[in-house]
Amino acid sequence: MPNSTDKNALTDLTVAEIRDGFRGGAFSAREVAEAFNANVAAAKALNAFIVETPEKALEAADAADRAKAAGEALKPLAGVPIGMKDLFCTEGVQTTAASHMLEGFTPTYESTVSKKLWDAGAGMLGKLNLDQFAMGSSNETSYFGNVISPWKRKGGDNAALAPGGSSGGSSAAIAARLCPAATGTDTGGSIRQPAAFTGISGIKPTYGRCSRWGIVAFASSLDQAGPMARTVRDNAILLESMAGFDPKDSTSLDLEVPRWEAGLSSDLRGRKVGIPKEYRPDGLNAEIAALWDRGIEWLKDAGAEVVEVSLPHTQYALPTYYIIAPAEASSNLARYDGVRYGQRDLPDGAGLQDMYAATRAAGFGPEVKRRIMIGTYVLSAGFYDAYYTQAQKVRALIARDFELAFEKCDLLLTPTAPSASFALGEKQADPLAMYLNDVFTVPASLAGLPAMAVPGGLDAQGLPLGLQIIGRALDEQSVLNAGLAIEERAGFAARPEKWW
Amino acid sequence: MTQTAYRIQGATGEWEVVIGLEVHAQVTSKAKLFSGAATAFGAEPNTQVSLVDAAMPGMLPVPNRECIRQAVRTGMAINAQINKWSRFDRKNYFYADLPQGYQISQLYHPIVGEGEIEINLDEKNPDAQTKVIGVERIHVEQDAGKLMHDQHPTRSYVDLNRSGVALMEIVSRPDMRSPAEAGAYLSKLRTILRYVGSCDGNMDQGSMRADVNVSVRKPGGELGTRTETKNVNSVRFVMQAIEYEASRQVDVLEAGGKIVQETRLFDPDKGETRSMRSKEDAHDYRYFPDPDLLPLELDDAFLEECRQSLPELPDAKRKRYEKDLGLSAYNAAVLTAEADTARWFEALLAEGARVQKKSEGEVAKASANWLLSELYGALNRLGRTLEDSPVTPEDGAELLALVADGTISGTIAKQVFEIMLESGGKPAQIVEEKGLRQTSDTGAIEAAVAKVLAGNADKVEQYRGGKEALFGFFVGQTMKAMQGKANPQVVNELLKKALA
Repeated sequence: MPNSTDKNALTDLTVAEIRDGFRGGAFSAREVAEAFNANVAAAKALNAFIVETPEKALEAADAADRAKAAGEALKPLAGVPIGMKDLFCTEGVQTTAASHMLEGFTPTYESTVSKKLWDAGAGMLGKLNLDQFAMGSSNETSYFGNVISPWKRKGGDNAALAPGGSSGGSSAAIAARLCPAATGTDTGGSIRQPAAFTGISGIKPTYGRCSRWGIVAFASSLDQAGPMARTVRDNAILLESMAGFDPKDSTSLDLEVPRWEAGLSSDLRGRKVGIPKEYRPDGLNAEIAALWDRGIEWLKDAGAEVVEVSLPHTQYALPTYYIIAPAEASSNLARYDGVRYGQRDLPDGAGLQDMYAATRAAGFGPEVKRRIMIGTYVLSAGFYDAYYTQAQKVRALIARDFELAFEKCDLLLTPTAPSASFALGEKQADPLAMYLNDVFTVPASLAGLPAMAVPGGLDAQGLPLGLQIIGRALDEQSVLNAGLAIEERAGFAARPEKWW
Repeated sequence: MTQTAYRIQGATGEWEVVIGLEVHAQVTSKAKLFSGAATAFGAEPNTQVSLVDAAMPGMLPVPNRECIRQAVRTGMAINAQINKWSRFDRKNYFYADLPQGYQISQLYHPIVGEGEIEINLDEKNPDAQTKVIGVERIHVEQDAGKLMHDQHPTRSYVDLNRSGVALMEIVSRPDMRSPAEAGAYLSKLRTILRYVGSCDGNMDQGSMRADVNVSVRKPGGELGTRTETKNVNSVRFVMQAIEYEASRQVDVLEAGGKIVQETRLFDPDKGETRSMRSKEDAHDYRYFPDPDLLPLELDDAFLEECRQSLPELPDAKRKRYEKDLGLSAYNAAVLTAEADTARWFEALLAEGARVQKKSEGEVAKASANWLLSELYGALNRLGRTLEDSPVTPEDGAELLALVADGTISGTIAKQVFEIMLESGGKPAQIVEEKGLRQTSDTGAIEAAVAKVLAGNADKVEQYRGGKEALFGFFVGQTMKAMQGKANPQVVNELLKKALA
């Protein structure tokens, strides 16, 4: 255990280490909160936070310290401060979804997932930046300016890099030791891709594991909350507190929450890992391909049997996703109309329609508008069957692909993203190039399956690359266990050099 | 009985009118369709609004089981197919009274399928023509809020109390051919809804309103283009709207014009319909399955519970009143036309049978006659309804029992009833206090008879001379002398003896 005066050492600790160190008396919860608050305050250059809430972190820490002093039973996350993606509504704290539309909006209610975390004893360091309404893969669509990755390319290239998206504030903050863990949400890869870009882990659980109540909706049939942290164990710890049935969300699963942390084991003997051949297209980045091969060896080393499987409809996943997600978004975002809350633009003499137009023109950024227009188009009379109905059929086929594959194996191993992090501005002009970032993550989202990103190594430029593990519905445990096996063998210890 | 078809006489001959009704009925439920907010009529604006109803960010709908149950029961009451699998769809459009920017409805898979309603064109004439009107479907959906334009010179206010209230949309087949049939259908539907208890049927409070589809054609010809007159809120207005709209369409067609498929409004002050918007301006509602909600699946136990909970329905009740209670067809029809009337009658019947120790059949006729003549007459005079009747069924039964056992005469009963209406007293008590008990004391009656005969010697002469019609005069005089309290049978006997 580190010396209690070594603030830097405190912020290097994992969630499990903070939890256990606090319990064992190595340091107080307040010391931990202060250390992270200091790091947050000193990292404005990363722009990871939209709102900082050091007082909330201290409040939870003090409650934990008092409980400990009084000899009370400690909550599972007592003493652990975390970051909260600014897509989760937080009572009394501005919640914006990184949009101008909701700038200044302060909910009177707390999202189910964030409430569960606070109830478990966690403290809030602040609201983390993201792509606007969670739409984006680089964090460049945030109204509050993009997050900058703490990572730099080797060799003097000082380009500001993308932390991934949409949970880019979460990924950057964890990689830069501004928080030991954070919440993310994942609609088509928004936890996994930023985790891969920043050398951390993150899991999107089975659709329905975490309540969506109080999370600003992007695409309801795909949105799922999950944790992001530096270790697999930390993800298991957080997910246990985040998951669980919520009667306020009709799509949440009425199932017991497994004890994932207690179930962790990197012994994969008897497990079969499938390698989907469709994920290895001709132009696949050689370094990604090489990492994937290493991943296969690591899993074999952990005792798993590796088999090739086929997911024949993979090539249709991205277009299917970019019909279904915008369709749902176009409807979900209709409520931002300037009538009841948030942005309202009311030009002189304007009627209702003028107010809608002015409000939405000013309140939404270009990517959000693009997706609303795509979504409106694919649901329009005359196009609905050709796009939306067809996409739903393909979605069912993609889910079927996974079901068939899981007759031959227990898990799938793939790359997380087709490349390492790219420079900010590099892909912004070409939305399609940006959408390709999701090519490996979107299929599991469409099928509602649990999927996790774990860091595997660095590329030649010194940037992190991630591997993705996909499991059967509800089998987060196997996903976490395979993640742990990789984590142990990859020995990923790289961290961004502090420049901020 | 021969049917006289309803025809519009145009310059080019006869025209037939084709009518279909879409009735929106507010489901009787303490809570809204997808939120726990209350639904009372007439509450202060925006006092019955939950976070869900106001479409705050991150809010999710959860179906209210009671609303679903009421829709299923309604479907069962019209012998409709109940769909064990149904689904909610979003109907997308922008309006200030629609916070979500979409209405949750059921376009593709409604909860109730084909059913039927039998109408009687003259409910008081059992021999009148009956006709079966098809019901295509019943689906459940959310109501919108209300805009108030009279609160501010330049701005509109929004009241969201109704936002999210559950409605059933009951869609008829275009089976009606006259305003009278449409009126009879609407009345019958309202009766059924009130019996079932799924809607209070109060059209003046907006709990029930009809969209009226009207087209005209040459008798037996091809269907014409229809117009839809929205939100008509009384049976009379529906009939007026059809009359006006049908003859307007005939005028247009005979002048060589074409009917435009459009939405129209009914102006009750002028008795006219006028154009609201044509098909070209119609919204593209971009219906798609609501991704926040799972399909609605009903199990057999739930359906059985719904079936068991259904009351005796008006048609069955009317037949039973005729057959088992021996009531006239007219009385049976009037007593069953409203659920409240039947409920009151059955309470009167049950109490009457109990206090008189007779079967319901034995007390039915007297009870029905008293209710329909005495009580209804009094209520009409007082401008009241059964609901706020000053006399309870228990009081009525007590009064009828006093007549039946000879305690008072029918004439005295009328007096007692008047006193009950004024004072709210109990009949037996009134009879005692006012000394109205009928006497069979032959001594007293004989004395009165003697006095009457003595004072009318001339009439006695005439009677004995063969003018037997004068007997009634003597009865009247004797009763008068006895202040109405003499047992009429005893009076008859004694008079006959004295005049012999």
